[in-house]
Amino acid sequence: MSRKLLLRGGKLVDPAAGRIGRFVVLLSDGLVTEVGGRVEAGDAEVFDASRLLVLPGFIDLHAHLREPGREYAETIATGLAAAAAGGFTAVCAMPNTSPVNDSRETCEFLRLRGEKVRGARLYPIGAITKGQKGQEMTAFGELAEAGAVALSDDGKWLEDGGLLRHAFEHAGLFGLPIVQHAEDKSLSEGAPMHEGAVSARLGLSGQPSMAEAAAVARDLLVAEMTHGRLHVAHLSTARALDLVRRAKAAGIRVTCEVTPHHLVLTDEEVAKSEFSTRTKMNPPLREGSDLEALLAGLSDGVIDAIATDHAPHHADEKAVDFDSAPFGIVGLETAASVVYDRLVSRGKLPLERFAALFSAGPAKAFGLPGGTLAVGAPADVTLFDPEARWKVDPHRFLSKGRSTPFAGWELVGGPAATIVAGTVVWQRVDL
Amino acid sequence: MTVGNLRTKDLLGIEPLTPDEITLLLDTAESMRAIGQRAIKKVPALRGRMVVNLFFEASTRTRFSFETAEKWLSADSLNFAAKGSSVEKGESLLDTAKNLQAMSPDLIVIRHGSPGVPHFLARHLKAGVVNAGDGAHEHPTQALLDALTIRQRLGRLEGLRVTIAGDIAHSRVVRSNIWLLTKMGAKVTVCGPPTLLPGRIEEMGVAVTTDFDAALDGADVVMMLRMQLERQGKSIFPSVREYFRHYGLDAKRLSRAKPEAIVMHPGPMNRGVEIASDVADSGRSVILDQVANGVAVRMAVLYLLLGGHPLEGES
Repeated sequence: MSRKLLLRGGKLVDPAAGRIGRFVVLLSDGLVTEVGGRVEAGDAEVFDASRLLVLPGFIDLHAHLREPGREYAETIATGLAAAAAGGFTAVCAMPNTSPVNDSRETCEFLRLRGEKVRGARLYPIGAITKGQKGQEMTAFGELAEAGAVALSDDGKWLEDGGLLRHAFEHAGLFGLPIVQHAEDKSLSEGAPMHEGAVSARLGLSGQPSMAEAAAVARDLLVAEMTHGRLHVAHLSTARALDLVRRAKAAGIRVTCEVTPHHLVLTDEEVAKSEFSTRTKMNPPLREGSDLEALLAGLSDGVIDAIATDHAPHHADEKAVDFDSAPFGIVGLETAASVVYDRLVSRGKLPLERFAALFSAGPAKAFGLPGGTLAVGAPADVTLFDPEARWKVDPHRFLSKGRSTPFAGWELVGGPAATIVAGTVVWQRVDL
Repeated sequence: MTVGNLRTKDLLGIEPLTPDEITLLLDTAESMRAIGQRAIKKVPALRGRMVVNLFFEASTRTRFSFETAEKWLSADSLNFAAKGSSVEKGESLLDTAKNLQAMSPDLIVIRHGSPGVPHFLARHLKAGVVNAGDGAHEHPTQALLDALTIRQRLGRLEGLRVTIAGDIAHSRVVRSNIWLLTKMGAKVTVCGPPTLLPGRIEEMGVAVTTDFDAALDGADVVMMLRMQLERQGKSIFPSVREYFRHYGLDAKRLSRAKPEAIVMHPGPMNRGVEIASDVADSGRSVILDQVANGVAVRMAVLYLLLGGHPLEGES
């Protein structure tokens, strides 16, 4: 028996297919099978998408699902459910679990676990080096076979330039991008916030912007030489963005993502919140000038994707002083709404770019299926209600993580339903 | 006496205070000084109130000064040092705080190595919180006692030229002093070696220089900061001798300041590193006045935060 779902009445925004407007979308057996002005429902179930935006399923390139190893902070089940509630149909899971995702066995476990639970799809990211120790390459081919879509040592920037060179060369065999958390730790010294006027005032040590830019510059040079595919994770500074812009113009194969929090908050938030650990993440919140540069990069296309860097911690781990708190906030359930409310609604980001940054952009960066609702594409759809009014209440998150600087924010616009492979995996309760 | 009051239950820093609140604290401290000069140094103002001194970092001056202030005001005090406490057994800061709360203290005086810990406690506790130093962030009672000392010697704060020199980066004393002095209309210059001057500290409203001689020209007040030798492990400053040559205060250098200029130091001093003994022990030095004023300032803080009924025994 074939499963069919007809989405009717909504506004389709599919930049990759060049379709914006009233279209009816038919999903059959996990694929998009028809898109048109009029599509016969036939035996399909009809989903009334009136007043909703019909968008290609959102893909998050950067999340931490904590399983295996720290199931008290998040599990694959809670993480993928939270993703679906945030409008994401797919999530790329960073390898910094325990054990690290550096082997075929762990990678297969992640993929199979992801297939079993209801929610977004899971795409594992494999480690570049064994144990993320920066010393010995993992078996990229085996990881790719087990489902890895990219390689990264996550929070640990691969310092060893020679090793990075070989990683780019070897990863090319399997078409995998290398994802770098760009932070030269000899410059950042692990400081808990951004170095600037606010850190000077608060007496906290700071990570200078150049710690990110210097790392990006080195990575770009190695990528250029090897023709490797570099993806810069959670890019946060104007300097680093400028380097990526120039590298793209020079034909270097580089993509980058930014997070919602770096687009709407600055380091002043640390002071305003009186050292709340909800404002501590890595890279840290930067300055107004960085934020403005990132906004420009979203619109002009230098930035390929918006990613959450969803990094749940147990409340006890965050209920400590600012210096010793772990880096990281949750983001899956607020990302799209925050960006829509603060940027799209306020005319700072066109709707088509919004759709592309959450779907086509990330799909292209990692070479993933989806990112469009053209015929033949996976039936992964984000239905977004541009009029939804809601207040961020972390206690209602499906994620186990509660730490977010957006707690209490009143937002307009939010996910209404999430469809993965033609099945509604999450729906707002009132719909 | 008539006192106004502070707007909050806590003293977390000088930054949130208004000039009126600063003046209130200084005036109250002035009237507290008399108590220390009596034969019987005790008034019943805070009888029955409990103050916990929670020190996660070593302190001699500040802790003794708070304890003295508590005793003279008749508060009951409990001393907690991280060493030998349940913190060493792995208790979290939040649990320590909750356990303290269960004993219903009225006020907690906290010293901690990390910025923002007093703010964290203030969010979680019903008791008032006094910041006795949080990392390199603030040390409000130090700035208040410095201001009291300056006012006593020079009669005012407004319009004075104050030079603060030394390890600016790691100093909570300098940040609280910048807030206080700029709010009260003094002109502040901070000076130190480039490796110990945080970038953009000038955005706090101060002049910044690495030239110590220039910084001393025409100063009314010279405040020397302690060189935090324990933090200089890496590539901060090559040698103590080189530091003293460029940033040490001796009598010859001090002659660039105004003739009536005073010299201050929050202690503990490194003689021969940031300050020469010929200056530290001279008539220009008000370093011991600072210590004496510390008790009066802390009495004022405790008294005002605990809602101070009129001082009994005052005429």
